[in-house]
Amino acid sequence: MSIDLATAGGVTLALAPELVLTAWCLIVMLAIAWRHEGEADQRLAAWLSLLGLASTALAVAWLWVGEARPAGLAGAMALDPFRYLSALVFLGGAALTVLLSLGYLGRERIRAPEYYLLILLATLGMLFMGGGADLVVIFLGLELMSVPVYVLAGVNRRSVVGAEAALKYFLLGAFASGFLLYGIALVYGATGTTNLALIGAQASGFGLATNPMALIGLALLLVGFGFKVAAVPFHMWTPDVYDGAPTPITGFMAAAVKAAGFAALVRMLLQAFGGAPAWHEAVWWLAAVTMVAGNLMALAQRALKRLLAYSSIAHAGYLLVAVTSGNEEGAAAFLFYALAYTLMTVGAFAVLAAAGRDGERDVLVEDLNGLASRRPWIAAGMTVFLLSLLGFPGTAGFIGKWYILSSAVEAHQYLLAVVLVLASVISAGFYLPPIMAMYMQPEPSPEAHRGTVLAGAPRLVVALVAAALLVLGVWPNLALDAARDGGAGLRTAVTYTLAR
Amino acid sequence: MTEVVFWSFSGAAIVAAFLCVTRRSPVAAALWLIVTLFSIAALFVVLDAQFIAALQVLVYAGAIMVLFLFVIMLLNLGRGGPSDLRGAWGKLVAAGLGAVLVVELWAVRAVAPADHLQLPPGAMARMSEERGPVGVITDALFREYLIPFEITSMLLLAAIVGAVVLAKRRL
Repeated sequence: MSIDLATAGGVTLALAPELVLTAWCLIVMLAIAWRHEGEADQRLAAWLSLLGLASTALAVAWLWVGEARPAGLAGAMALDPFRYLSALVFLGGAALTVLLSLGYLGRERIRAPEYYLLILLATLGMLFMGGGADLVVIFLGLELMSVPVYVLAGVNRRSVVGAEAALKYFLLGAFASGFLLYGIALVYGATGTTNLALIGAQASGFGLATNPMALIGLALLLVGFGFKVAAVPFHMWTPDVYDGAPTPITGFMAAAVKAAGFAALVRMLLQAFGGAPAWHEAVWWLAAVTMVAGNLMALAQRALKRLLAYSSIAHAGYLLVAVTSGNEEGAAAFLFYALAYTLMTVGAFAVLAAAGRDGERDVLVEDLNGLASRRPWIAAGMTVFLLSLLGFPGTAGFIGKWYILSSAVEAHQYLLAVVLVLASVISAGFYLPPIMAMYMQPEPSPEAHRGTVLAGAPRLVVALVAAALLVLGVWPNLALDAARDGGAGLRTAVTYTLAR
Repeated sequence: MTEVVFWSFSGAAIVAAFLCVTRRSPVAAALWLIVTLFSIAALFVVLDAQFIAALQVLVYAGAIMVLFLFVIMLLNLGRGGPSDLRGAWGKLVAAGLGAVLVVELWAVRAVAPADHLQLPPGAMARMSEERGPVGVITDALFREYLIPFEITSMLLLAAIVGAVVLAKRRL
């Protein structure tokens, strides 16, 4: 169907997923305003949130199946498969987080049904980041995502480290937003518009590539996004924040929040600055340094949560390789890797949340000793997640990395591809020790893993995610086709701009 | 004449902003901030944006400043605390960053906006005659930027919920 974004009806149709999610945010808010006393009310909020996420996914699927395309001028929202696919990844990540939180909040005695409302609001922001075709929409989406996540990092009000994480995240997030806004202002000054497609037309038509105002603006935008996706050297906040936040929220931040930042970055660079190749070299260095430094720093970690935090920095580097390719394959590789990465990160943090007993936050690698003999299924799940993060053949992580490599080779970025492979080899040094601890070390005492249980919804999450990773690892065709569709969608928008 | 008014208010805004960040006492800093905001409102009038000027006075110099002063008084911050810039290194780094900003502004200043982006002289005055001073703003706000405008309302809602979750004594 063709949607005219100049009419009110067209805008409503184009915004259907966001409107549905907004309505569910309000429903959940009213529900928790009335009922916010006990455990049951908390569960009600969780199930309502899941319902909201599911119906939003339906709205996204409806737009996708209907092949909604913009008629006429480019609007503030994109209508392309890239938006739909990234939206589904965000919604899936949020739904898995809600399911994980079901048991966790009760165990940690966190009484705040608003927790789920904040997850929904953050997801709404992500939808605008993945779908916004205007710098103002992307920026507001980013803020709408960040503000609830700042709060979620510190939602456990008895935890001092939680408060520290929230404050640190808030201050550095506000700092990064300043960079982004300044960059947007300069780009607006140079082009007279904030619409990505129109900026792209100016970039190719009026030699924006040599305009210092646009270039400084682009540099500031890269710094701002660098902070948000935790690329080295803008990563300093990541370990402390990931360490201090409640474990399901850490998973949410490492997976969905990071993927949303990347989705906006990919769209911005490809659609608005596709004609200004100045950013290629900057992102090249960002990717190389992030991969190497993230993996080297992860080697030194003993605490699993910090280890996964540094590993998520390294994965930002892998995703940046896909961005550096700057072509349709790069966008497709990003989409597939974002899907795989969201699944494996959420899975790993789910196991971590189960292993971290009541109030104890530092789960060391040694604490997993002998887990396989006591809890074989949990150990098997964790093994799948860690191998997938490593990029072991047979898992989704391998296909994703291979796809990123082929996009880099396609773009003649051979050196970067070599760096990626070497960085993955380094990463074996910290992904394999937890697996060896689980299978090859004796259990310290028969009581050691009594508390490590997965019951109900979290068990479902771990089983589903592990199965999905294995299926995607051996039979990725469907997801790959969808990702290619999404990448090609971005390209048509680019050529459309150039043709105008 | 207009030029003289423009540059004198610009100078006043910069001097007041400088005094605002160098005062030790929060109350004095807040009062200098009011001077800055008023000067900027005057600049908007010179640029034929009377509606924005009125909003600047009402919202920033009025409501937001009252909030600032309330917070300063409620939290009893009236006395000047220690400076944020400690030691020679802190001052050096701050001066360096400031220099970078000035150089950057200079580089950007050297680039005139492209011809096709510049409005002809007097365009703002003509537009506000046609649509009224409010209409010029609302056209952009409720047509071109309608979606961002609505997202802002959700952002404010998120901020309110977040503040309550973090700060309320008993949830």
